[in-house]
Amino acid sequence: MQQARTEIASAVEPIIERWKGEEGPLLPILNGIQRELGHVPRDCIPVIAEALNLTRAEVYGVVSFYHDYRDKPAGRHVLKLCRAEACQSMGGDAMAEKLQTLLGVKFHETSADGAVTLEPVYCLGLCACAPSAMLDGDVIGRLDEAKAHEIAAEVRA
Amino acid sequence: MCGTENRFVEEIDYGTPAVKSDKTVTLTVDGQSVTVPEGTSIMRAAREAGVTVPKLCANDMVKSFGSCRLCLVEIEGRNGTPASCTTPAADGISVSTKTDRLNAIRRGVMELYMSDHPADCAACAAGDCEMAHMAETVGLSQNRYGMDGANHLAPAADDHGINFKELDVSNPYFAYDPAKCIVCSLCVRACEEQQGTFALTVEGRGFESRITAGMDEPFLQSECVSCGACVQACPTGALQEKSVIEIGMPDHSEVTTCAYCGVGCSFKAEMKGEEVVRMVPYKDGKANRGHSCVKGRFAYGYATHKDRILNPMIREKISDPWREVTWDEAYAHVASEFRRIQHQYGRGAVGGITSSRCTNEETYLVQKLVRQGFGNNNVDTCARVCHSPTGYGLKTTFGTSAGTQDFDSVEEADVVLIIGANPTDGHPVFASRLKKRLREGAKLIIVDPRRIDLVRMPHVEASYHLPLRPGTNVAVLTALAHVIVSEGLFDEAFVRERCDWDEFQDWASFVLQPENSPEAVEKASGVPAELIRGAARLYATGGNSAIYYGLGVTEHSQGSTTVMAIANLAMATGNLGRPGVGVNPLRGQNNVQGACDMGSFPHELPGYRHISEDATRAIYESLWGVKLDDEPGLRIPNMLDAAVEGSFKALYVQGEDILQSDPNTHHVAAGLEAMECVVVHDLFLNETANYAHVFLPGSTFLEKDGTFTNAERRINRVRKVMEPKNGFADWQVTQEMARAMGRDDWNYTHPSEIMDEIAATTPSFAGVTYDLLDREGSVQWPCNEKAPTGTPVMHIGGFVRGKGKFVRTAYVATDEKVGPRFPLLLTTGRILSQYNVGAQTRRTENVVWHDEDLLEIHPFDAENRGIRDADWVKLKSRSGETSLRARITERVAPGVVYTTFHHPATQANVVTTEYSDWATNCPEYKVTAVEVSPSNGPTEWQEDYDAHAKKSRRIVHVEAAE
Repeated sequence: MQQARTEIASAVEPIIERWKGEEGPLLPILNGIQRELGHVPRDCIPVIAEALNLTRAEVYGVVSFYHDYRDKPAGRHVLKLCRAEACQSMGGDAMAEKLQTLLGVKFHETSADGAVTLEPVYCLGLCACAPSAMLDGDVIGRLDEAKAHEIAAEVRA
Repeated sequence: MCGTENRFVEEIDYGTPAVKSDKTVTLTVDGQSVTVPEGTSIMRAAREAGVTVPKLCANDMVKSFGSCRLCLVEIEGRNGTPASCTTPAADGISVSTKTDRLNAIRRGVMELYMSDHPADCAACAAGDCEMAHMAETVGLSQNRYGMDGANHLAPAADDHGINFKELDVSNPYFAYDPAKCIVCSLCVRACEEQQGTFALTVEGRGFESRITAGMDEPFLQSECVSCGACVQACPTGALQEKSVIEIGMPDHSEVTTCAYCGVGCSFKAEMKGEEVVRMVPYKDGKANRGHSCVKGRFAYGYATHKDRILNPMIREKISDPWREVTWDEAYAHVASEFRRIQHQYGRGAVGGITSSRCTNEETYLVQKLVRQGFGNNNVDTCARVCHSPTGYGLKTTFGTSAGTQDFDSVEEADVVLIIGANPTDGHPVFASRLKKRLREGAKLIIVDPRRIDLVRMPHVEASYHLPLRPGTNVAVLTALAHVIVSEGLFDEAFVRERCDWDEFQDWASFVLQPENSPEAVEKASGVPAELIRGAARLYATGGNSAIYYGLGVTEHSQGSTTVMAIANLAMATGNLGRPGVGVNPLRGQNNVQGACDMGSFPHELPGYRHISEDATRAIYESLWGVKLDDEPGLRIPNMLDAAVEGSFKALYVQGEDILQSDPNTHHVAAGLEAMECVVVHDLFLNETANYAHVFLPGSTFLEKDGTFTNAERRINRVRKVMEPKNGFADWQVTQEMARAMGRDDWNYTHPSEIMDEIAATTPSFAGVTYDLLDREGSVQWPCNEKAPTGTPVMHIGGFVRGKGKFVRTAYVATDEKVGPRFPLLLTTGRILSQYNVGAQTRRTENVVWHDEDLLEIHPFDAENRGIRDADWVKLKSRSGETSLRARITERVAPGVVYTTFHHPATQANVVTTEYSDWATNCPEYKVTAVEVSPSNGPTEWQEDYDAHAKKSRRIVHVEAAE
C-alpha cells in the first residue's frame, strides 16, 4: 500500500509541479495525470490536495464530476455511444443492444481481454448523423449494423 | 429553583446572512414596506418585513446558493420568477411571494422532491425534517410520479451503486442517511464557510450527485472534525444527531454557556424532560455567533456518566476505602477537622483552591470562605498554572489583567500574530472565525516550536512561521521589537499620546542593543534572522495587527516577561484601542478569566485589588464582619511545600485536579499525602481524590445557575436545565460548609444574590445584575456607570493605568537546559477532541478520536534512537519518567518532542519540573529537558500509580445513604 502510494506520488509529482504555479491548476493537473496514467488513481487525490492546499473532499468532488477522469485504466479502445434523444429516436436503443452483444460488455464495463471499454455519452453534437458514436476520439455517424461489426472487428484486431 | 417554566427558545432564520452597508434600499414585499442595507437578499428583506418565504437550501449562516427553487418570487415589471435568496433587494421594487403561479411552481418542485424522499421518513414524523413541513407549506397533497422510478431510496439493480448509498453511522454523534438527502449542499457550505474545514463535497453530477465526506469515506475517516455545523444546517433528516434518533425531539430549551474552553460559546440546551437531547449553538451568542466545536455540541455525556459520584464520602486514611455518608455528616466532619487543624497547627495551616470550571459565584464563595471563614489568604486557583503571567503582565503594562478585544474584533484584523497557541485544537470556534478572516485575505504569522495546523492547512497558509526553540519566546519577541524600532516602523504619534515617552525611549534603547538583533537571536532561538525581520515588518505595517496567544507564552520561566514583550509590541505599533487589533490571551478554561476576576489569588481581592489596600479590605471587612489578613497567602506550590514541611495540613479543592494538572506529580503527591484533611469537591473521583479524606460530589454546568466569564471578559449566563444529580449546586455545598463552620451569615438563596454582592463590592462589576444579563444576553466588564452595557474593546483613547508602560524584557535562558543526559526539549499541548486533563471528555464518545497520549518525535531523532512509529518509548527527565507510544512526525523540529496530557495513565507531568515563572510561579510546562528511549511498556511508577488509584477508589456502599 505504502509502496503503491509512493509510486503514484512520484508519477504525479512532476505533473503537479508543472501546473502548481498557474491560475486554476487543478483541471490541468488532472488532465495531465489522465493523459500520463490513463486514469486518475484514487491514491493521487491526497497528493494533489496536499500540493494545492485543498482538502481531499474538494479534489474528489472535481474528479468525480467529470466522467472522463477514470478511476481505473480503460481498455485499449474506448467506444462512446450516444444515448441522447436524437440518437435514441434514430434507433440508438437497438444499436446499444447490438454493440453490447457484439463486444460482450455492458455500459461502463471493460471487456475481459482489455480490448474495449463501452461508455454512454450524452450528445456528441452529431444529431444530424444520428445514431452516432466515438471510437478512440474519432466520431462515427449513421451507425448501422455493418458499422457495428466493423467496430467490433477493429477493437479485436 | 428559580421558577422557570419550560420554554422553547426559538430563533428567527432570516435565510441569508446580514449585510453591512452604509446605503439602504426600500422595497415592498406583499404590500409591506421594508428598508434594508443595500445588498440584502429579497428573502431576508421579506423576513424582516415579517413575510416567510418557503425554502430548503438557505439559512442565515451561509451564503445563498439558489438550488432548491422553492423561494421563487415575482417582482413587478420583471420577467420570470427569480429565487429570492440570490436576488438582491432593490429600491422601489414590489415583490410578491404568494401568487397562484408561484404556488403552482413550488408545488411542482416539492412534488418532485417528495417522489424521491422516504415515505416513512422518521425525521419528518418527528418534526426534524423540513420536507414534510415544506410540503405542507406549499399545499402539496399528491405525488403523481409515484416512488417506482429511478430514486436514491433503495439499491437498484442497474445503477452501478452510484445512486444509492448506505447509511453512515461511523461518527459517534450523528448519522448520515443519504436516502433522505436532497443535495441542497447546505452541509457542504456550512463546513466550508462556518467551520472552514472543507471536509464535504458533492460527488458526481446530475441525478448521480451525492453528498460525501472526504473521498467518499465514512465521516469518521474523512477530514471532518465533527463540529456539527452540517447536522444543524441539514434541512432534512439526512444528517441527524443520534441523540435525536434515540430520544426524540426536544420539548423545551434554555440558553446557557459551554463549560469547556475560554471561548465561552452560547448554546441552547434542548431538552426532553430532564434529559439533554442536543446542544445547539445560539446565534445571538456574541462569542461564537452560532458556531460550535465537537466538545461543546456533542461531548456533554459526562454529565450523566456512571462514574459520577453522587453521595458524599469520608475516610480516615487515604489507604482506607471510601465510606458514603450524609451531607450533614460530611459538613460536620469537614468543619471539625478544619477547626481542629487550625487550633493545632495555626490559622494558616488550611487553605482552598477555586476552580476555573465553576461559576463566578461559586469561585467568589470559595475565596470568601477562605478569607472570611478560615481567616487567611491561602486561596489560589488553577490559573496559577496557566494564565497568571497574563494577569501580571497586562496589569503592569496596560492596567488590567485581561485581553483587550472581543472575538468579533478578528473580523477587522489584517494581520494576526499567534504565539504559543493552537487555536484549531484548543479554541476551535475562535479558530473558525479566524480562518474565515484569513480566507478573506488577512495575513498570518505563527510563532511556535511546532508546525501547528494553522501553519498550513487547506485554504490557510501562514506568511511566516517562526519555529523557535522552546524557552526563547522573549528573545524572539524582543528581536521583533528590534526590527520595528531600528527600521522606524513604530507609531510615534500613538506612543507619544498614549504611553510614557521616556519609558519608551529607555525601552527602545534596550531593544536596539546588539544582543537583541535578529542575527544575534537566531543563535539562541534557531529562527533565521530573515524570518524575524519579515514577520516584524508585516506585523508593524500590515494594517490592523492583532496578537493572540496561549499557554505557550505563559507556561515558561519568563512567562510574565513574554506577556510584557507582547504588550510592548502592540503599544509600539499603535495596535491597541480599536477593533481589529489588540492583545488577546486565549484562555484555557471556561471560567479562568472569571476565577481570576473573583479574587482567587492569594494577593488579590475581587477585581484585582491588592490585599494590602486598606480601602479595599475595609469594604469586605465591613460586609463580612471580620478582620482580613493584609498579607498575601500561600500559592499552590507554596501550600504543597509547606505541607511537605509539616506546616500546612488541610485543603479544600473545588473542581480542579491538581495531581494531574500541576507540575512534578511526585511532589504534588507528597504534599497531599502529608496533609491531614484534603477535601475534594468534584464530579468524579479524580486523581487528586486518591489523596483525599473527604469527597463532596459536584454538579455540572447543566445543573446550576450562574455566570462564566470568557477570554474576552464576557460575562455569560449559565442556566440550570436539570436538577443536580448529586442534589446540590456547588455554591450550595460551599455555603453549607461555611455554615457548618459557624458562618450562619451565609444565606444566599440564588446565585443572583452572590452576583449582587460581587457588584456591590467590585467597581469593574458594579453594573452587573442578572436582570442586565438576561436583557443584554451578556456583557463584557468593566460594566459600571461609565459603561452601563459593558466594554467590548478596552483602552480606547487611553490606557486604564493612565499611560501605557514599556518594560525592558531581557532574555534569560531557562535553567532547564539540554545536556548529554537529556538532549531533547519536551513541550506539551492538547488536541481538539480532548479537554485538559480529560476528566470530562474521556467520559464521552470523543475517545474515538484520541484514546491515548502520544509522543511526537522527529524522524531524525527517532532513527538515532531506533524508535519506530507506534513503539512504546520511555520519556525521562530530571524529575521522573513515564512511558507512552511514539508518533514519528515532522511537525516537531529535530531536538523537540511533544505530547498531550489528556490521559492519567500517561502522567506527562511526572516528567515536568518545578521551574516556574519568576513573577507568578506559573510552572514551566512548556520546556523540559528529556531523553527518549525504546521501552517495553508502562514504567514502574505508572503501574504502582495505577494500583494505588484502583485501591484508593474503593467505595463501601451504605444502605439507604441519604
